[in-house]
Amino acid sequence: MSDRRKKVLAISSGGGHWVQLLRLRPAFDSSDVVYATVRDGYREDIGNADFRLIHDANRWNKLKLLRCAASVFVLILRERPDIVISTGAAPGYFGVRFGKWMGARVIWVDSIANAEELSMSGRKAGEFVDLWLTQWQHLARENGPQWMGSIL
Amino acid sequence: MILVTVGTDLPFDRMVKIVDAWARERERCDVFAQIGEGGWKPEYIRYSEFLQPDDFKNYFKLASVVISHAGMGTILSALLHGKPILVMPKLAKLGEHRNEHQTATAIRMKEFGNVNVAFDELELRMWLDNLDQLAPSRQIDSFASQQLVEGIGTFIRQA
Repeated sequence: MSDRRKKVLAISSGGGHWVQLLRLRPAFDSSDVVYATVRDGYREDIGNADFRLIHDANRWNKLKLLRCAASVFVLILRERPDIVISTGAAPGYFGVRFGKWMGARVIWVDSIANAEELSMSGRKAGEFVDLWLTQWQHLARENGPQWMGSIL
Repeated sequence: MILVTVGTDLPFDRMVKIVDAWARERERCDVFAQIGEGGWKPEYIRYSEFLQPDDFKNYFKLASVVISHAGMGTILSALLHGKPILVMPKLAKLGEHRNEHQTATAIRMKEFGNVNVAFDELELRMWLDNLDQLAPSRQIDSFASQQLVEGIGTFIRQA
């Protein structure tokens, strides 16, 4: 068992997704973290930690989605994280998808805003992620997602 | 100062129009709105389409009340900073958002965090004339629940 610090890529889109990702910071205490998100202004939220900018997108604009996927793909190739964690949305989905392909262990934390049902990317991520989480206990199922509390 | 924000995604003209009309009627000069890219341009209140994260933080700190769409980012910021917040859910059926989860968010956060909710235009008008009656937000601390932090932390260590 290696004592090397693991490299975590924490990736999300902006707004509430980013705010929730930040609230998970204590979980990364024993790791080296790289944060990736869609607005440069968020850089100051993470102090001295490594920060990478990726293209934003949502599923209603296919061209932007492609650009987003490409930027995340390049990011994963460069960073080679051991672990990828995301709170959504589309950029985060690409993060866990490509991360998994490249051998990382990946975690999906569905946004707390999805209180009635899982997000679409959350449902898709459930097909392959290693830790699949919802923040609402009533949405947990036997085959996943699991509930382990929330960002509140 | 009253900060109005529609989020970084789609505009929220329905809410902004009501606040603008109210501010004009009441001659309020202390309102600032972030109206979103392509949002309807207010005729009375000061506004900008877009706010850089640090500008947003400054306005947020200065505000005595935040009036917002029911977005989780703004709600969490309000709870973190103990600001009274009034939210109005964006509705997918009016093209304001991509799904109806803002209504569910508003209801849940009203329960959990003392977030004040205006479900429609009438309620928004009523609240605007009674901003001093807004319930203060429940204070939350800076990080996620111990349970979630430990659950994820353990997974990472064992990965």
